[in-house]
Amino acid sequence: MTNLPTKTDRTLGLVIDLDTCVGCHACVISCKGWNTENYGAPLSDQRPYGTEPMGTFLNRVHSYEVQPEQGHAQTVHFPKSCLHCENAPCVTVCPTGASYKRVEDGIVLVNEDHCIGCGLCAWACPYGARELDQAEGVMKKCTLCVDRIYNENLPEEDQIPSCVRTCPAGARHFGDLSDPNSDVSQLVETRGGFDLMPEMGTLPVNKYLPPRLKDSWDDQSLLAPLLEPVAEEPQGFLGWLDKALDKLPGGTT
Amino acid sequence: MHPAPSVIVFSTLSGLGFGLLFWLGIDTNPPTGLPAFIFFAVAYALSVGGLISSTFHLGHPERAWRAFTQWRSSWLSREGVSAVFALLTMGIYAIDLIFLQIHATALGLIGAALALFTVFTTSMIYAQLDTVPRWKTPFTPALYLSLSLAGGALLSGRVNMAILLLVIAAIFQFIWWQRGDAALSDSGTDLGTATGLGERGTVRSMAHPHTAPNYLVKEFIFVIGRKHAQKLRRIAFGLTFVLPIICLLLPFSHVLAIIAVLSHVAGVATSRWLFFAEAEHVVGLYYGMR
Repeated sequence: MTNLPTKTDRTLGLVIDLDTCVGCHACVISCKGWNTENYGAPLSDQRPYGTEPMGTFLNRVHSYEVQPEQGHAQTVHFPKSCLHCENAPCVTVCPTGASYKRVEDGIVLVNEDHCIGCGLCAWACPYGARELDQAEGVMKKCTLCVDRIYNENLPEEDQIPSCVRTCPAGARHFGDLSDPNSDVSQLVETRGGFDLMPEMGTLPVNKYLPPRLKDSWDDQSLLAPLLEPVAEEPQGFLGWLDKALDKLPGGTT
Repeated sequence: MHPAPSVIVFSTLSGLGFGLLFWLGIDTNPPTGLPAFIFFAVAYALSVGGLISSTFHLGHPERAWRAFTQWRSSWLSREGVSAVFALLTMGIYAIDLIFLQIHATALGLIGAALALFTVFTTSMIYAQLDTVPRWKTPFTPALYLSLSLAGGALLSGRVNMAILLLVIAAIFQFIWWQRGDAALSDSGTDLGTATGLGERGTVRSMAHPHTAPNYLVKEFIFVIGRKHAQKLRRIAFGLTFVLPIICLLLPFSHVLAIIAVLSHVAGVATSRWLFFAEAEHVVGLYYGMR
């Protein structure tokens, strides 16, 4: 059924820290690796060693430059995957019922056995989170690693999405955003997490944390007092050497 | 948006076919026997041919039957259900006329309504999408419906009605193009809202996720059509509306009628190509494109 649930028991999702992301693309690679070997059809590549290599990815990292009116531009690396929207337009347009949002945790999934590969859900998604696999002819999207987070065969520290587990900078956080006391909700609260394209009315679950403002050269550095010269005039052995060298012919510079 | 040939063929032909079925359904004095057979054969060839063509762009056409299940929520599903009901209803109506010389008035009216509703569902597949501001307007169903009705009137030989509807469709087409050109900028969505960083300054795409394009770029960012868009619009407008109206105003001849129909079909196909080729999907913004 492609009607959306009115309410989900939990609201699992990601919080992505744009301040911390270094743009290394490790999350992209680990996502591709895990999701090629596990849930559903593998993520195919086309011409991987030829001209114009292409492939299906559930997570991609863009890089942007933000130029404020005054001051220096800032580089922001920007990972983007399915935002598991509460009002997911991709689900309601699906003609077969293959796309659905789970009542128990809010994850948006595709039943690949029912997908006819019409592509309309990808048209309906403003975020480019869905890609039609060119080899399998079915729609692929982020599953929030549904086959990891409930998988008791994995060590507990691995029971989180692959991208979150892999991120070397700790820029990706996973949790229940419907629980105001969860770590992810607290992060959103304290850091002012925001939605992408709020005007689309999709109510995305995933939140983004803003990059902190860039330092200016005029800012007073916290380290400035420690950088004061400890002695203007050389003393001790260096003082003697200084005087001795001054006495030698050849003058000073 | 990538203009998939199968979808353009589908919406052009089936629009005409269902338009013709509409006029045959509401006809108070419909053809019977062999003339009826010819009219219905043309209508079914167009509508069914279009529907079959639309399955060519599917990743798994063998599962297409599943698309009939989600009519409660999905316009694409409604289109499939409505098309089948329209074709079945009009099929019985056609058999009555061709073989039994019976005019089942009520059945024809129901079939005509279903045929028109099918065209409406097709248009709503596009008009529902917030992600393509050029399509997200009530003028999209108005354009599809008026073109379908005009084409159907043309095919069924209703000269005065065809002229009137061609003029109406031409007005909708003009408005649709005018509105469409400003639709993306008027929508308020830009790279600033897409990244949520717009309040901090001007956002510019510095590097794409990968050096080569991907499915999203190929499906949603189609820029080839824009170079000659204005020229193609004039050609489409001339073929769809101007030439057929001139042919209809001249004293009737079968050659002129055939020219009017072929010109109209070619024009609609051209404007349908532009419908996709010119449409900007907001995903393009993430790639610093439109």
